[in-house]
Amino acid sequence: MHLDVVLLSRLQFALTLMFHYIFPPLTIGLGLLMVIVEWLWLKSKDPFYKSMALFWTKLFAINFAMGVATGLVMEFQFGTNWAIYSRFVGDIFGSALASEAIFAFFLESGFLAVLVFGWDRVSPKMHFFSTCMVALGSLFSSVWITIANSWQQTPAGYHIVKSANGFWRAEVTDFWAMCFNPSMVHRMLHVWLGCFILGAFFALSIGAFYILKKQHTAFAKKTIEISLVYAAVSSLAMLGSGHFQADAVADNQPAKLAAFEGHYETGSGGTPLYAFGWPDDKEKKVKFGLAIPGMLSMLVHGNFTQPVTGLDKFPKEDRPPVFIPFQTYHLMIALGMAFIGLSLLGLVLLKFNLLFQQRWLMWLYVFGVLGAYTANEAGWIAAEVGRQPWVVYGLLRTKDGVSHSVTAEQVLGSMIMFGILYSFLFVVWVMVMNTRIQAGPPVVAEIVKEDEKLAPGAKKGVGQFMAIIGNLLQRGPASLSETWRGPAPTEESKNAESKKEEDKP
Amino acid sequence: MDYSLNFIWFILLGILLTGYGILDGFDLGVGILHPIAKTDEERRLIINSIGPLWDGNEVWLVTFAGALFAAFPDVYALAFSSFYTNLMIILCALIFRAVSIEFRSKHPAKFWRQFWDACFFLSSLSASFLFGYIVGQLFLGLPIDGQLELHKEKMSVLEFYPVITGLLAVATCAMHGSIFLYLKTEGELQERIHNYIWHTYGVFVMVYMLTTIFTLTQIPSATSNLKHYPWLWSVVLVNILAIGNIPRTIFLKQPGYAFLSSIATIGALAALFGIAIFPNLIVSSIDPNLSLSIYNSASSQGTLKTMLFIAVLGLPFVLSYTVIVYWVFHGKVALGKFSY
Ligand code: HDD
Ligand code: HEM
Ligand code: HEM
Repeated sequence: MHLDVVLLSRLQFALTLMFHYIFPPLTIGLGLLMVIVEWLWLKSKDPFYKSMALFWTKLFAINFAMGVATGLVMEFQFGTNWAIYSRFVGDIFGSALASEAIFAFFLESGFLAVLVFGWDRVSPKMHFFSTCMVALGSLFSSVWITIANSWQQTPAGYHIVKSANGFWRAEVTDFWAMCFNPSMVHRMLHVWLGCFILGAFFALSIGAFYILKKQHTAFAKKTIEISLVYAAVSSLAMLGSGHFQADAVADNQPAKLAAFEGHYETGSGGTPLYAFGWPDDKEKKVKFGLAIPGMLSMLVHGNFTQPVTGLDKFPKEDRPPVFIPFQTYHLMIALGMAFIGLSLLGLVLLKFNLLFQQRWLMWLYVFGVLGAYTANEAGWIAAEVGRQPWVVYGLLRTKDGVSHSVTAEQVLGSMIMFGILYSFLFVVWVMVMNTRIQAGPPVVAEIVKEDEKLAPGAKKGVGQFMAIIGNLLQRGPASLSETWRGPAPTEESKNAESKKEEDKP
Repeated sequence: MDYSLNFIWFILLGILLTGYGILDGFDLGVGILHPIAKTDEERRLIINSIGPLWDGNEVWLVTFAGALFAAFPDVYALAFSSFYTNLMIILCALIFRAVSIEFRSKHPAKFWRQFWDACFFLSSLSASFLFGYIVGQLFLGLPIDGQLELHKEKMSVLEFYPVITGLLAVATCAMHGSIFLYLKTEGELQERIHNYIWHTYGVFVMVYMLTTIFTLTQIPSATSNLKHYPWLWSVVLVNILAIGNIPRTIFLKQPGYAFLSSIATIGALAALFGIAIFPNLIVSSIDPNLSLSIYNSASSQGTLKTMLFIAVLGLPFVLSYTVIVYWVFHGKVALGKFSY
């Protein structure tokens, strides 16, 4: 069997990125939810909200670690598998990736430590600030990576020149035009909304699960209330954002639009829009579909009669595949509509106090989160496969971007490695998340007790910082190894602490 | 043409790499030393000493890779594709490390914990070895031609030299990590670690001498910059003084100073690597004239300038987060409600 480096590298890239993309959207969506919950806690001082925040933090941390671990792979893969592509785009692309690390990853990872481990080391205000910074950091990182991705969809602000080593490459001529390339702004909004929807449906799913199991009911009800609003707002906004996306694709990448819609022949007269169907490359038409006549013409040109450019107007070697973009695109839209329906229905039932009795709806919510994951992945598959055969749209073909020095056996080897590793991690991740969710939020009364133990007068915040600097000046770096653990524990609290350690290994 | 931006970026990348070496150095070292713990509580203490820190440390590597991509794309492309298999194993190791820290505490079962303990140790060991191995290969040079193509058949896989540098990396991390643990622990565990420092230090000094001998005899080009710029010998001096200061401070039980010394050791080693290859980034072992240098492999001057602006803007923030995190989590580790 002849193994193809390009195909294997594409598969590996798709596999690793899709796996990575299980985690960031949840980090982003849940991050915002945590900011909301902690803000409620700060405002009301009600330990109930603290228990919520603690619960989400634990789940957040697990996903964050997975996001970090799998993200590192992405950062390396441009160089390892797509060396020629990296050489071609380095001048442009590298700056986005480096900015992402400098502006976003440091922010996220630094404050994450405070968010997860700092509950009893910093004041509530400082903790809230850290949570905000983590949420902000994950938004920042999505900005830079989306700039990079959008640039390869719709290049702008560059010129092509020969490098000192004699290769053609793209160099930046206008940094801001490069950043705000034609598809960047609305892609960013769309990606964010996708993340928010996922965050909302994730929380909704856990809330509904507790309702069904009749556990942690107070927590579940509050969670469902908050996340229903969150889900409804983001799903409705998604409708508008999706429309802008489609509009922009029609302008910037007409071949991709034709693939999304299975539009093989331009023909004459209005072009229909399919709600679903089965595109057939051989017969060049969509089978078993439900067509709305003239609708695509209406969306693209504003009237029902002017034909939309079909795939036949593009040279054969420039046509993207149809089947995968068509199906994933339609799946995403169908799910988007379902999210709107589900969240609005929930809000109405909530208003009339009927929501929590509807077990069938609770079951739908429990599994709704899978839909949100699917929609996010499907959107990316549609966008990326629809970009083919280009890796940088109109400038560099995917098959020309691959590393020369890497052999098919090497890629196959690494792909098998990732395949095994990721399947294993996936199983463990599901197990660990499941254990955490089954364990439920911490008991509110316990939190009250814990908080009382933290005597007032513990040096925190700026006071603590100054004390450390003072020690450093007086006794040198040796002072850094001295203990600081808040107020000295009393005998009583020590005993309580050690007893808890025994209970909880 | 004015190449000062290229030079600045060479230095900045050096700083990023050194930062990574110093910071992730100790947490890889902590991973390597993890098996010395005797009880589950000790294992947890050791893991929690780096619990809040390892993720931020790894970001230095991510930033280094991104900055290399941006500033010297030809080098990024060539080096990363040439070391394909090595890097894939490193990635695998770093993934395992991250999740073993995160997952270990989530289940009390013995086999579960033992499994993640083993992962934590092996991944720390292999990642640090392979980083050193790659540096050794870079010292020897890669068989690249004028078309920036790698001639794989000319690349000897099992050279002796990279294996030694790999061991040096492991030994350095272990020493650095043991001093860090000494700082972070107390009581009986700390006493035990105090003994281990002597072992790790001894091994480090041995491998260090071996590496020096091999570098001087096998890679004559390594010292050419030292000949041209004699003041660079001061780096060698700093290196030797720092290494010498470690046993003194450990003996005096001043772990803070010992840690500073091992930081200086790593910094000086990284600086010596930079001095040895400058102005090249990847030396061609076929013909030195075909090497990738900071002059012929950089991005456009415009991008270097934009990036410098971004770095100058971002660095104060990065440093302040680092300070905040290390400040919030300074002092001895203790197991609490939120520990792993
Ligand atoms: C829409 C958002 C988004 C997208 C499309 C991507 N990422 Fe990502 N990435 C994130 C959003 C994100 C995040 C939310 O910021 C993560 C998840 C968890 C985390 O720590 O940060 C992250 C983590 C993360 C890390 C680890 C950071 C750390 O150590 O803290 C790296 C190196 C990357 N990503 C790199 C990439 C690359 C090279 C991508 C594309 C090819 C990519 N990500 C797609
Ligand atoms: C996280 C969301 C993303 C997902 C799920 C995703 C998905 C995919 C998929 C399915 C492919 C394979 C397409 C094919 O080969 O037919 C692909 C290829 C690729 N994507 Fe993305 N992508 C995402 C984001 C990005 C980003 C942010 C970048 C760049 C910054 C990027 C750059 C690439 C490159 C270089 C390839 C390989 C060449 C190619 O096949 O076109 N992708 N991606
Ligand atoms: C409600 C109807 C929706 C419409 C009309 C719509 C439209 C689009 C279009 C046209 C693209 C392709 C953009 C391109 O290739 O340049 C896209 C991509 C994408 N969609 Fe949607 N979408 C909808 C709902 C959703 C939902 C509900 C989610 C997730 C929860 C989602 C997540 C994504 C993602 C992650 C991408 C890839 C990133 C990008 O290219 O922007 N979409 N969407």
